[in-house]
Amino acid sequence: MTNDRKLLLLCLGVLAILFALQFVLSSYLVLALTRILILSVFAMGYNILMGYTGLLSLGHAMFFAAGLYASGLASYYWGVPLGWAFLIGIAGSAVVSVIIGLLALRTEAVAFMIVTLMFSQAAFLATLHFSKITGGDQGLTLPTEARSFDLFGLVLDMTHDGTRFNIAFTVFAVVLLLTYVATRGPFGRQLVAVRGNPGRTEMLGFNIYIVKLMAFTLSGTIAGTAGALYGLMFGYIGSSFADFQNSIQPLLFTLVGGPGTLLGPLLGTALMTMLIDRLSGLTTAYLIVVGVLLIVMTLWAPKGILGTIRDKWARWLN
Amino acid sequence: MDIAPYLLLATLEGLVQASVLTLTALGLSVVFGTMRVVNVAHGEFFMLGAVGAWVCAMLMPGPPWLGFVTALIVAPAIVGLLAAAADWAILKRIDYDPEATIISTIGLMYIIQQVVLMTFGPNAQAVDAPFYYTIRFPWFGYSSYKLFIVVAAIVLVFALWRLMKGSRVGLLMRATQYDKDTAQNFGIPVDRVYSGVFAVGAMMAAIAGVLVVPNQQAHYLMGHDPLLLSFVVVIVGGLGSIPGTIAAAVLIGLSDGLLSVFFTPTLAKIASTLLVALVLVFKPEGLFGKATR
Amino acid sequence: MAELSLLKTRGLSRHFGGLKAVDDVDFDLGQGEIRAIIGPNGAGKSTFVSLLSGRYKASAGTVEFLGQDVSSLPAFRRVRLGIAYTFQITNIYTAMTVLENVSVAAQSRLKPNIFGHRHVTEATIEEEAAKAAATLGLGDMLDVVAGTLAYGHQRLLEVAMGLALEPKLLILDEPTQGLSDSEIENFKDVVRKINETATVLLIEHNMDVVMSLAERITVLDRGQILAEGTPAEISDNRAVQAAYLGEAAE
Repeated sequence: MTNDRKLLLLCLGVLAILFALQFVLSSYLVLALTRILILSVFAMGYNILMGYTGLLSLGHAMFFAAGLYASGLASYYWGVPLGWAFLIGIAGSAVVSVIIGLLALRTEAVAFMIVTLMFSQAAFLATLHFSKITGGDQGLTLPTEARSFDLFGLVLDMTHDGTRFNIAFTVFAVVLLLTYVATRGPFGRQLVAVRGNPGRTEMLGFNIYIVKLMAFTLSGTIAGTAGALYGLMFGYIGSSFADFQNSIQPLLFTLVGGPGTLLGPLLGTALMTMLIDRLSGLTTAYLIVVGVLLIVMTLWAPKGILGTIRDKWARWLN
Repeated sequence: MDIAPYLLLATLEGLVQASVLTLTALGLSVVFGTMRVVNVAHGEFFMLGAVGAWVCAMLMPGPPWLGFVTALIVAPAIVGLLAAAADWAILKRIDYDPEATIISTIGLMYIIQQVVLMTFGPNAQAVDAPFYYTIRFPWFGYSSYKLFIVVAAIVLVFALWRLMKGSRVGLLMRATQYDKDTAQNFGIPVDRVYSGVFAVGAMMAAIAGVLVVPNQQAHYLMGHDPLLLSFVVVIVGGLGSIPGTIAAAVLIGLSDGLLSVFFTPTLAKIASTLLVALVLVFKPEGLFGKATR
Repeated sequence: MAELSLLKTRGLSRHFGGLKAVDDVDFDLGQGEIRAIIGPNGAGKSTFVSLLSGRYKASAGTVEFLGQDVSSLPAFRRVRLGIAYTFQITNIYTAMTVLENVSVAAQSRLKPNIFGHRHVTEATIEEEAAKAAATLGLGDMLDVVAGTLAYGHQRLLEVAMGLALEPKLLILDEPTQGLSDSEIENFKDVVRKINETATVLLIEHNMDVVMSLAERITVLDRGQILAEGTPAEISDNRAVQAAYLGEAAE
């Protein structure tokens, strides 16, 4: 059995288990799992850029928020049906990703990190500045009538736990399989080549700016997809989704789970959200754990959990 | 009505702002210049200076100036030690990899913030100025303490300048900056130079924090804006260039008062963050910098 | 010699500050040649070939490849036209296996279209990559992680990547540096084999390799062409002896 075949089977197995969990878990845990799945989509998008292409962005909250606001505002102000609002969110984040990518990818390494950070910070401040439209800090709550939609005669209600879970699960599954396809074969080889040695890759005839731009756009658009899903599903959009901490979140999830591994983001997101939820019940200073983990991971486990397992035992776990 | 008094007031306020900013940004710039790393926790060293000043004012009996002088010595010393420890415990171990340094100093930023939150709580704390003499201008009175900040900043910048240009320490720093490996081979204790530079950079921020706290309350999240503005100054001034950093700090400090007449603070911040991003994209050597080394 | 021109430079120059690393070079290379570039250290050899491959931008002058002016093309476009460059300092993907390394190069040549399906399968890419690796004698190391290879094998991998591009012109920058004698012998055979389909431009310090491989030799000194001719002509050239051979005789 080839390595990729093994990984694909593992993914399908994980998907089957995730799907089955809704019949076992309490409704509270199903809700928690729904959130984990959406945030995993965010982290999977981040992972395409950071893990597979080796570009460390500190501004992915901007893309998450682009999807969140594009879909949320369309629904709030124009009453766009949910399905269309979701697509508008994806398109909006794709546009933002391309524009920011065209600019930010002229820089490298540290400058790239600061540029993405600054653009994202500007976007966050913009959500505050235009608070008449965005609701700023307070945010906007989507009206109840905007929270259900009709899919080929099937009415889907976003206030219903099971519906939410199954939609989140579907998007998660699609993105997981998309990531699987995008990180293997010719396209994936380009990304990994750029990560491993950009100068050499250029001298082998690749336009690395375009390769990076494709990875950046795909990554930002997936992050935006997560944002659109989050906003529409929980019926709330607010500027806290655009702030710095929301850029650190997918970085931390990816770092913990294993950058450049297909299932790392899911693992990291699951572990970290459970941990942070626990801790935030105990102390207001729960963010200290984020700080400690960022340092611990960089010092002792830069490859994350699955990355370490891959290097030691299972090379196919890419 | 005469506009001159307003202009004078705006200039004075701008100078005070520029002084604090120069000190903070120089700390970031010196660290980047010598070690080629970006310290995202720099704003927290500023915050620790401010919180340290408040703690000293609380604990020291007697007149406010006594607490102030104590803070001016104790806070930078503690922050310097903390920074040296962070250098030893973290940065050295990741071999000053630029990207890993950013991630781990983000971690450090969270840790310092949250520890201060846990220890001192979420409230903003005011500190009395060490002296209250008011200088009388024909149109208005002005706090002499604020002018003291300007003088103190000039003295400190001059001292740093002498340290960098005129002493053995400065020579070691420049040698290390020029070529780390060669410096090591020539017997320069690169590790200690790095620790020292990182500590000095942090101490500059801490001093700025002590100086600022009679004007502005101490709070565990107050490091955010100085960090952002320092980024603006250091990047616009040309990464690692000290004269460029000073020029940019004065320019941005002075224009800040003026800008706030036309823009809301949020809009001004949007403009400055975009400025940083666009300078890095289109003119990475900074607006005042030379092309390449 | 009325052979077809492959590559032509006119007035090619590259200045670093005040230093003229390459200074007004007119250079012609015919199709199918094996050409060696020699010269003392600091003569500008590496800079010169970097100007050909597009790794550096020229300060002045033109580069023409198969009649097309490529002076303003970025490096990756020149590679696609058929100019391949192998690095002097080994420059491979250390975390990937040998097969994965060469596959990147093979993919570049085969250009599978991700969206339109050009009927280039993964199997084809890996097959072509394996073939190129085998030519360099790396056939039984396909699954070895490149960073763990011995230095000599890394050099060969470097060349295999150039070969997998099936270039019209393969530029080799000091390929035998650090190779053992037996590896050098094998390498000479490889270059001859490559030469059946490609023109080879070789920067080389090892005079034995130069003399036995090169049909013509160009001598660079202080950024300029000092002499050009057959190996016999070059060994007899007084100026060359003074500038280079005397020095390299050690």
